[in-house]
Amino acid sequence: MTGPELSPAQDPGAGQAQPKRRRRFATGEALAGYAFISPWLVGFLLFTVVSMGYSLVLSFTDYDLSTNTAEPVGLKNYQLIVEDPKVLTALGNTFFYAALAVPLEIAVALGLALMLNGVRRGSGFFRTVFYLPKMTPTVATAAVFLLLLNGNTGAINQFLGFFGIEGPQWLVDPAWVKPSIVLMTIWTVAGSMVILLAALQNVPRELYEAASVDGASKVRQFFSITVPLISSTLFFVVIVNTIAALQVFDQAYLLFYRDANSNAPDAALFYGVYLYQAAFQQFNFGLAAAMAWLLFAIIIVITFIQMRVGDRLVYYEGGKQ
Amino acid sequence: MTTAGTPLARQVSLPAATAPAQEAPAPVAGRKPAIYWAGQAVRWVLLALLALAFLYPFAWLLSASLKPRGEVFDNRLIPETFTPQNYVEVFNQLPLLAWIGNSVLIAVLSATLVTFSSSMIAFGFAYFRFPGRSFLFGLLLASMMLPGAVTLVPNYLIWKYLGFLGTNVPLWGATLFGSAFYIFLMRQFYLSLPRELFEAARIDGCTSFGMFRRIAFPLALPSAIIVFIFEFQASWNNFAAPLIYLNFGTPEQYTVPLGINYAMQQFSPTAGGQGDYQYVMVASLLVTLPMLALFAMGQRHFVEGIASAGLKG
Repeated sequence: MTGPELSPAQDPGAGQAQPKRRRRFATGEALAGYAFISPWLVGFLLFTVVSMGYSLVLSFTDYDLSTNTAEPVGLKNYQLIVEDPKVLTALGNTFFYAALAVPLEIAVALGLALMLNGVRRGSGFFRTVFYLPKMTPTVATAAVFLLLLNGNTGAINQFLGFFGIEGPQWLVDPAWVKPSIVLMTIWTVAGSMVILLAALQNVPRELYEAASVDGASKVRQFFSITVPLISSTLFFVVIVNTIAALQVFDQAYLLFYRDANSNAPDAALFYGVYLYQAAFQQFNFGLAAAMAWLLFAIIIVITFIQMRVGDRLVYYEGGKQ
Repeated sequence: MTTAGTPLARQVSLPAATAPAQEAPAPVAGRKPAIYWAGQAVRWVLLALLALAFLYPFAWLLSASLKPRGEVFDNRLIPETFTPQNYVEVFNQLPLLAWIGNSVLIAVLSATLVTFSSSMIAFGFAYFRFPGRSFLFGLLLASMMLPGAVTLVPNYLIWKYLGFLGTNVPLWGATLFGSAFYIFLMRQFYLSLPRELFEAARIDGCTSFGMFRRIAFPLALPSAIIVFIFEFQASWNNFAAPLIYLNFGTPEQYTVPLGINYAMQQFSPTAGGQGDYQYVMVASLLVTLPMLALFAMGQRHFVEGIASAGLKG
């Protein structure tokens, strides 16, 4: 209350002095501001700006870890990427996985969120249950799923057997490698579910009431009210999940590369895994850096395409851009 | 925007004009309870079945951790031979105590440091006006989009030059500089605080840091708790970073996730082990329990934090 009263009283008298006062005030304030953000500035300069520049330089060199010297080799690393058939395999696997995982994750997350949003009682309890896998360390998840997915003794094939279905060799058959990882990822889908549930709860109930009075079917309501009103959130979840899927590492490594003594099927060679191997098993830092920049370029292109498509499909409330 | 809005509005309002208002409520009111409860029942049954499917791996893990060597794979939910001594023997078989100590230390350091640094940086962005503020904040937001792979190798070399390779510093050191997502989250909160609060304190002679320490941070404590538990979980569950930075040390230096990975290799028959996966199961359960407890305590914070990130992002 006192603030607005004071300032108009000061303003007329200090009409001329105001710019000067403001600048002096701003100097102290600006210094304080820089001081407060200085830890981030230092970290950003070192671990992002310097690091990115360094990464770019490394990608044009052969780095020798024992002598800490980098020898310029021009485009050799990028040429290696193009010529190495394994890079193509890894890229193909990663795209295939993303194309399979993202739609399924979204469908399951949205399905769960819709059901949770639809029950009056008990939704808190079920939400907790669905969230628990998200809390579980991936290592523990992988340890359990390795045994659940075992083609001969695993519980999943045993369960399928009850229905007379002979389950696949999940972790061995190249065709079932990606579905295995998708299955494990879907178990931890609750992050997207919680985001979508929050969006669903923001949809005004009156819209549904009005629509059902008007005789709109549930399906019609879903596509004409729910989908447009949660579309911006849905879009956000799609982008985040796509970026995560293109970088998948933990799940693939833990299911297929944990044991150095056994060979993983080629179908399980994901880009993130191959990049890790190039960097920290072969210590070919130049190649790893070049691979990282290719991944970055791919993610930018895919995100850009998604943004363009999203701009047409997403309905922004109040016409926000 | 408007093109999408109009059909929606038309679709809702047009039939309303044609359908007589008196006719609609009567059948709806008479019919609704039965259909409503049937719909609820169907949802509950579906949710319950799905909940069982989601809980099954936990039940499987618990029972496998209580089985002797030969029975781990038998998929019985009630162990045939009840073997609680696994929980004692695991500490003889694996340096689990050291792993837990390392994990706790790294998670507590990361979470504490990142909470304070991010809170402070966020206050800098939210309250003070300085040239380049929105540009720098834009950079901060953009940095969240950068895939970790791009800076993976150089950051490894930076830690090497700084002489911290072979220690656990690379696993928590960067938290001193704040974390973009947490800074964003905390800034959202600070922006909701009225400016007059700080102007009054300034007039009373409060320093800039005093405003942060005495006013802003205490008020932002609920947001700070979200940051703390998010980072604690992220650090506790992290597998890739310890794999890169600790894999060349002795097993005693490992965190629990890296240790479990090591144990799986050790016990694997291909590595000359005897398949003692029951100890892997005990360790997996023990590494999961603190996270379930953390969720039980801070469920509201997790859900709010993630949901708000999605809605604001």
